[in-house]
Amino acid sequence: MSSAEKTAEASGTVSVMDYVRGNIREYGMLIALVVIMVFFQVVTGGILFKAVNLTNLVLQNSFIVIMALGMLLVIVAGHIDLSVGSIVGFIGALSAILTVNWGMNFSVAILACLVVGAFIGAVQGYFIAYHRIPSFIVTLAGMLVLRGLTLLVLGGRNVGPFPKDFQSISTGFIPQFADFGGVHSTSIVLTVLIAVFLFAMAFRRRKVNMAHGVDVEPFGFFIFQNLVIAAAILFLGYQLSSYKGLPNVLIVMLLLIALYTFVTTRTTIGRRIYALGGNEKATRLSGINTERLSFYTFINMGVLAALAGMIVAARLNSATPKAGVGFELDVIAACFIGGASASGGVGKITGAVIGAFIMGVMNNGMSIMGLGIDYQQMVKGAVLLAAVFFDVYNKSKA
Amino acid sequence: MDNIILEMRNITKTFPGVKALENVNLKVRQGEIHALVGENGAGKSTLMKVLSGVYPAGSYEGDIAFEGEVRNFRTITDSEHVGIIIIHQELALVPLLSIAENIFLGNEVQSGGVIDWAQTFSRTRELLRKVGLNESPETIIDDIGVGKQQLVEIAKALSKRVKLLILDEPTASLNEKDSDALLNLLMEFRNQGMTSIIITHKLNEVRKVADQITVLRDGRTVETMDCHAEDVSEDKIIRNMVGRAMEDRYPPRSVPIGDTILEVKNWNAFHQLHSDRQVLHDINVKVRKGEVVGIAGLMGAGRTEFAMSVFGRSYGQRISGEVSMSGKPVDVSTVRKAIDAGLAYVTEDRKHLGLVLNNNIMHNTTLANLAGISNASVIDDIKELKVANDFRSRLRIRSSSVFQETVNLSGGNQQKVVLSKWLFSNPEVLILDEPTRGIDVGAKYEIYTIINQLAAEGKGVLMISSEMPELLGTCDRIYVMNEGRIVAELPKGEASQETIMRAIMRSGEK
Repeated sequence: MSSAEKTAEASGTVSVMDYVRGNIREYGMLIALVVIMVFFQVVTGGILFKAVNLTNLVLQNSFIVIMALGMLLVIVAGHIDLSVGSIVGFIGALSAILTVNWGMNFSVAILACLVVGAFIGAVQGYFIAYHRIPSFIVTLAGMLVLRGLTLLVLGGRNVGPFPKDFQSISTGFIPQFADFGGVHSTSIVLTVLIAVFLFAMAFRRRKVNMAHGVDVEPFGFFIFQNLVIAAAILFLGYQLSSYKGLPNVLIVMLLLIALYTFVTTRTTIGRRIYALGGNEKATRLSGINTERLSFYTFINMGVLAALAGMIVAARLNSATPKAGVGFELDVIAACFIGGASASGGVGKITGAVIGAFIMGVMNNGMSIMGLGIDYQQMVKGAVLLAAVFFDVYNKSKA
Repeated sequence: MDNIILEMRNITKTFPGVKALENVNLKVRQGEIHALVGENGAGKSTLMKVLSGVYPAGSYEGDIAFEGEVRNFRTITDSEHVGIIIIHQELALVPLLSIAENIFLGNEVQSGGVIDWAQTFSRTRELLRKVGLNESPETIIDDIGVGKQQLVEIAKALSKRVKLLILDEPTASLNEKDSDALLNLLMEFRNQGMTSIIITHKLNEVRKVADQITVLRDGRTVETMDCHAEDVSEDKIIRNMVGRAMEDRYPPRSVPIGDTILEVKNWNAFHQLHSDRQVLHDINVKVRKGEVVGIAGLMGAGRTEFAMSVFGRSYGQRISGEVSMSGKPVDVSTVRKAIDAGLAYVTEDRKHLGLVLNNNIMHNTTLANLAGISNASVIDDIKELKVANDFRSRLRIRSSSVFQETVNLSGGNQQKVVLSKWLFSNPEVLILDEPTRGIDVGAKYEIYTIINQLAAEGKGVLMISSEMPELLGTCDRIYVMNEGRIVAELPKGEASQETIMRAIMRSGEK
């Protein structure tokens, strides 16, 4: 027996089965995602994991993932935001007016759009947090108003194309500093660094937990699990690098995922949002300003929806009145598939991200198969219900 | 022999771990008003729930004979069917429906699912006349006061051909005039031959209307007194209600008492929703270092409202008054400011106001003092774990680990988690609201021990409790509160269950 295993025994490891059972939700979703990916890889005859398609997959889903980060906070706080699809449409229109019609510098335009997104979130959040109007109603109103505003601003027409630099938000790839032959050099180096970093973080976490008597999984299982994760990252990174490299959007998305994971798990504001959603009265009586907290979650949502709006517009290379229609449903579905509770207080960033990718991979796979939009909708609806049913069933059994 | 309409024989009802009723006997004569009295938790409401079928036949031992026949009620509908109607303390009216709709809810005047409104309104008018309520049948319940709502409940009972009417603290939330009207109505019904059982804390009311009085204490019948055969004094009722042997259930404490640490002066507050109803009147309270001060009173006396209004204006509106800590005036206008000033409030309602139930012990422990475990808003999770483990062992919270969700803990352990949370916020004065409600004797002793430790550390403790023996056993000084006022202040030597009860009753009669 190695020394590492001995110390592990001493601080109380749990068996693999117990560990998986205790984390069934996360494992269940991750396994579901892998199964769905493998399934489509097989039925599409190996197209799914092709470099071009993987790149597409990232570009098609990045804005849903980004909005899911904000939506998760909103849902955990016990609210809902139906307006994000319309914010995407409106901000797309605004960015087109600013850069195409007015010729504004692209970084100034981006900043202006983010500020407007924050303002929209603030207005909605103000009515929800300080006047206690149900978020469903306020954001339903916002959804209608902003869709109308989008039409008004665009005059019912498409506006485009965008200047090159604005387009690069969505269509650009990270720059290359060295030539590695057929592989994008910066991308592959970055991929390796991410894999190593995550592995090291997991190792440190385990050591800290053991030192403080927290139950950890058996060492062998821990190594196996993290090697699988590292291998998956390296594989996906390699595939992307062998095409045009890592897209800019992917980097933005990964940074945001990292940031929001940190905020939800390690900061006081994250902790407060979970407490607020779990029991608002008890949280207020613990000296926490629950109104302000709800208000902030909507501002945050507005900013992220604005960012998504620009990504969508840049990707389409034109602002259209129909941009973002129905996005709110995909974003909300991603959160619920990922294990968030409709009554608030429960949900994880990783869950929402996995949920978004489950939806994205299904969209992508079914499109490659040539399945009609009619069947696609039905399958997606069924998956949402099945995921939540699995949740409820598990809880009632426990 | 008298004509007995209801006889409950040797009723025993057990909840997991607690014997709520033990061999209780109750005999009610036809056409009388029978008063059921006892302290909070004596088993009055449980007994009435047994009678009305809320606890179905088979879930208790003993017999119920109604009109000479043994009955086994399985649901409330069964008991209503024979004419036993209970009106609960929390009125069961739908606030946004009209009087007529409420009276006939579930019992509509209809044919084939279509309501006959003409008939409904005329019958409602007739019922309202009987209870002396001068309102249109179409008036919305929300638009009439509590007193009138009580009358609507009675009219609803009358619509069901009631033979035995049970009222659970019908006057608890009524003012004097409405109470009088209600009691007069009951006496009028008695003259018409109806039988009623009234549960109440107000002994002057008991003496006014009751023909017989049955006293319950700790789930047992103490005595049934016939008001016509003997002169039943309030003192006698009180003695029967509280006369239990005091055991050594409280750890001793010898802590020197220091200077005044918390002082609340001229505290007034109005009802949360009804801004014209004053719930707290000129309250003055002092707590000194190392002192445990009790607030005694009946339910609805305004004790919780007082504590919560002081703690960051968490209750009420139009609040006025002064709070000072160690002689300096402090701002307690928000919960955060109150905590920063050195106050902590341990709620009576730990499930709704105390804990985030789906969060674990650790997260609940640190919720009120996240600054204490974080640097620049980033939580130091090792420090947090240490803090939580420390409280878990200090307060002996029985759990698998600090990662256990609090929803799965027993009441006593949940209470300890709430206490941990407030101890970690490091207050100067703790306000404990019913700190031992619903927890077992062993856990109670542990909570008392913690209270003693706090006093020994020089903190002040203000304890609200409805269990008088607990107040007498733990407090250095006791304030008695009734109807939003402090009506007495009793040092340890003068406080007894009798003096407290007397202070409450006397103030209620004024």
